[in-house]
Amino acid sequence: MNEIGINAYLAVAIALFVIGFAGVLLRKNTLVIYMCLELMLLASTLALVAFSRQHGTLDGAVFVFFILTIAAAEVAVGLAIIVALFRRRLTVQVEELNALKN
Amino acid sequence: MSSFLFYTFAFLTVVCAAAVVVNKNPVNGAMCLLLSLVGMAGLFVMLDAALLAFVLILVYAGAVVALFLFIIMLLDTRPEHLKPFKAMTIAAAAIGTALLAIGGYTLFRQLPESAAPAHAVPTLKNYAEMLFTTYLLPVQVVGFMLLIAMLGVIVLSKKFAPVEDAS
Repeated sequence: MNEIGINAYLAVAIALFVIGFAGVLLRKNTLVIYMCLELMLLASTLALVAFSRQHGTLDGAVFVFFILTIAAAEVAVGLAIIVALFRRRLTVQVEELNALKN
Repeated sequence: MSSFLFYTFAFLTVVCAAAVVVNKNPVNGAMCLLLSLVGMAGLFVMLDAALLAFVLILVYAGAVVALFLFIIMLLDTRPEHLKPFKAMTIAAAAIGTALLAIGGYTLFRQLPESAAPAHAVPTLKNYAEMLFTTYLLPVQVVGFMLLIAMLGVIVLSKKFAPVEDAS
């Protein structure tokens, strides 16, 4: 590889995960929340690839294939739900989507 | 040289990810997500996983971010809908993020010193062998799940007859 060890990659993965988590907590637009969720998912794939490279096994890297497939399916279904929700409620702001409250 | 590349890609990834969170306009956020993905693909290449970097760009930049942009523009959320954050929201988000960051930092401190990585660089053939031997069943299952997701999306996007309800 190079002089950069696995720890540096893990640091980047942790930072990405924290940033995505902050976005999920802070933002109110459902679409932005969804993008931040994707960021968290990507952080986990980076950690998997780093570990896989470190140990010289391919299982982690192959797992990333599955994560990417699942993520694509998840995005398709999630965005379809958001569109259906928007059709009905004419908003994507989470604070106005409180039909389950009370 | 490679450490310079690493820092460039890591900086690009993290800064653009932060920009996704703070951007007011979701379209700009999606563009920042795209840039973040490019940085991530660079990191993958530096980890000798060029194939994964390729797939990442293909699936995420090609499909996911394009779909996001499409939906954002379709829904066309107006800027005047933006309300200021409540102090409670900001405090809760800050505390939650701080807790997670402390947890991540503690975990990072526990890591052993990075040892030299394994020497074998995986080739395309190794990936193919794994996907078609050890992971043959998961590949089939994932393919079937994609089909189910596609059917689900078609059903979800169908226009149903309007229902009389309380809302």
